[in-house]
Amino acid sequence: MTPTKPANPADPAKPAKPARSGQSVRRRARWGSYALELVMIAVAVLFLFPVYALITLALKEPRQIADSPLGLPAPPTAHNFTHAWSSASLGPALVNSAVITTLSLLLLVVLGSTGAYFLARRAQGLGYGLYILFLLGIVLPFQLGMIPLYKLVDGLGWLGTYQGMVLFYTGIQLPFTVFLYTGFIRTLPADYAQAALIDGCDHRQAFTRIVFPLLRPITGTVIILNAVFVWNDFFTPLLYLGGSAKETVPVGVFSFVGQYVSDYGLVFAGLVLAALPVLVVFLLLQRYVIKGFAGGLKG
Amino acid sequence: MSRSLPQPEEIQPEEPRAGKTGPGRTGPTARPRKTPPTVRIQPPQTPRTRPGRDLTVPPWGFVVPALVVYALVVLYPSIAGVAYAFTDWSGIGDASFVGLANFRALLDDQRTLDSVVNTLLLTIAVVVVQNVVGLLLALGVDTGIRSKSLLRVVFFAPAVVSPVMVAFLWKYVYNPEPTAGLNGLLGAVGLGALRQDWLGDPSLALWSVAAMVVWQYAGYSMVIFLAGLQGVPPELHEAAKIDGAGTWQRFRYVTWPMLAPALTVNLMLSTIGGLKLFDQVYAATNGGPGTASETLSTALFKEAFVYGKFGYSTAVALVLALFVAVVSLVQLRFLRAREVTA
Repeated sequence: MTPTKPANPADPAKPAKPARSGQSVRRRARWGSYALELVMIAVAVLFLFPVYALITLALKEPRQIADSPLGLPAPPTAHNFTHAWSSASLGPALVNSAVITTLSLLLLVVLGSTGAYFLARRAQGLGYGLYILFLLGIVLPFQLGMIPLYKLVDGLGWLGTYQGMVLFYTGIQLPFTVFLYTGFIRTLPADYAQAALIDGCDHRQAFTRIVFPLLRPITGTVIILNAVFVWNDFFTPLLYLGGSAKETVPVGVFSFVGQYVSDYGLVFAGLVLAALPVLVVFLLLQRYVIKGFAGGLKG
Repeated sequence: MSRSLPQPEEIQPEEPRAGKTGPGRTGPTARPRKTPPTVRIQPPQTPRTRPGRDLTVPPWGFVVPALVVYALVVLYPSIAGVAYAFTDWSGIGDASFVGLANFRALLDDQRTLDSVVNTLLLTIAVVVVQNVVGLLLALGVDTGIRSKSLLRVVFFAPAVVSPVMVAFLWKYVYNPEPTAGLNGLLGAVGLGALRQDWLGDPSLALWSVAAMVVWQYAGYSMVIFLAGLQGVPPELHEAAKIDGAGTWQRFRYVTWPMLAPALTVNLMLSTIGGLKLFDQVYAATNGGPGTASETLSTALFKEAFVYGKFGYSTAVALVLALFVAVVSLVQLRFLRAREVTA
């Protein structure tokens, strides 16, 4: 796993050898680039081995898995997929995950952007203290408050409900969201909002009409990062939703796997189905996702 | 508050707000094209001597909703959690104050002590390997190779899949059967001698979990390093080349210092993630065999929900919280200092 080594031949300009003609330098560079490409592809193939296992096993009958665990499925069967779809009750789980993720994102964007706007513009005294208080939430492991929060959600009668999960995700992801938004807002000039205020807008109008549209890039990042987290989270829905009708996809898959643990073909078909929505969305948006991940985390 | 934390904006008498005041924006990668050079023709009309009274400061109503939710979900439960750590609460009935008994019990509890050691080992392994692999991948796909866009997607894709599902997939990869999963692959390429019971062998289980986590998140580190690499101005490389710097020297003296902010983010994220790691361990090994892969997160989960020792479990959680806080503050201080001098 050392893909850098072949990069060295790609280096066209070795010091103290200035006599080489431009053309041969370029050819050397090209060969180095081919070598690097081959190494990277080899790494990628190795890296994809678990995915190969996942897909091929999902397409095999149990007997074929026993006979040739690593071979290609011959002939491939879709039986695992139909069976997994019905017995993992993935349909309702997908709906639950979608509802919880959407509502949480909505609240996170609204509360995070407005809160961060305040914190970015009032960066002294109490405003700064509040900002630090929010940052603390990034470091605190949620397990510390796990039990009191469980009691709180239980006391509200919100175990096994959408609103319990939405409240949880909004609260737990607010620190990170506020952090991203505040960093971004600090780089924006305050003049636009000021102009709007001078023109007679109140603060709410200045924010919704002028400031919030300017936050679009970071809002994209906030949505992507939080969506991945909320959609994939396992522990909290297991605790708050386990056994209820509101189970999310990871929880549904967890109990499905527990039930059919020895039937790898079936289990893997379930995993493929459960991961598919995320992967499709990711492939469609991958440019923005990757940019968002990197950009957001840099701020 | 502590000096190591991001500073508030200082009062800026003449300088208009430019794109470099926020935390983390001091690094070189934040430089390119943050402020278009043409935007500002006139300076602000009046020097703002008291920005606190600025017309643009929004009212408190903007922060109150966020604060309420945050207080309800994070602050209040965490404070209450700290209080529980000093009680013998069992989940039902009343809790009585027991002072430091939970923490003393913790020191005598081999399972918890094992989980502390395991958490640290796992975190170190994940942080080191994930970042080294992530950096190598980033350097590899930041070149002119034709498959770079595809490779980025391939390497990054596991990071968007649920950790629990990745753990189930890897449970198969780590299958003890000699012909299935990783063992089968090793056999097929003539490395049959390396076959192991990856998750069942107590001396291997923790490292197998670490490898799985690295597989899932190496692409995540790669993407952040890539962002850093793209912030390195090509002119610097050109200049270094003209000065006769070889590939390694250009990496060491041009690229590497410029990657400092990306490295800070990567190290902090992987460290915090490693210390808190739960889903993967719970689904892949459930801490086993024995306590071979028990981490603080899985241990405190069991104490609470299997053994019903809620007070004790929050004491363990408090230890975890202190770990995370101390390690990340030290890291932040060290890494940010390094960024400034780099």
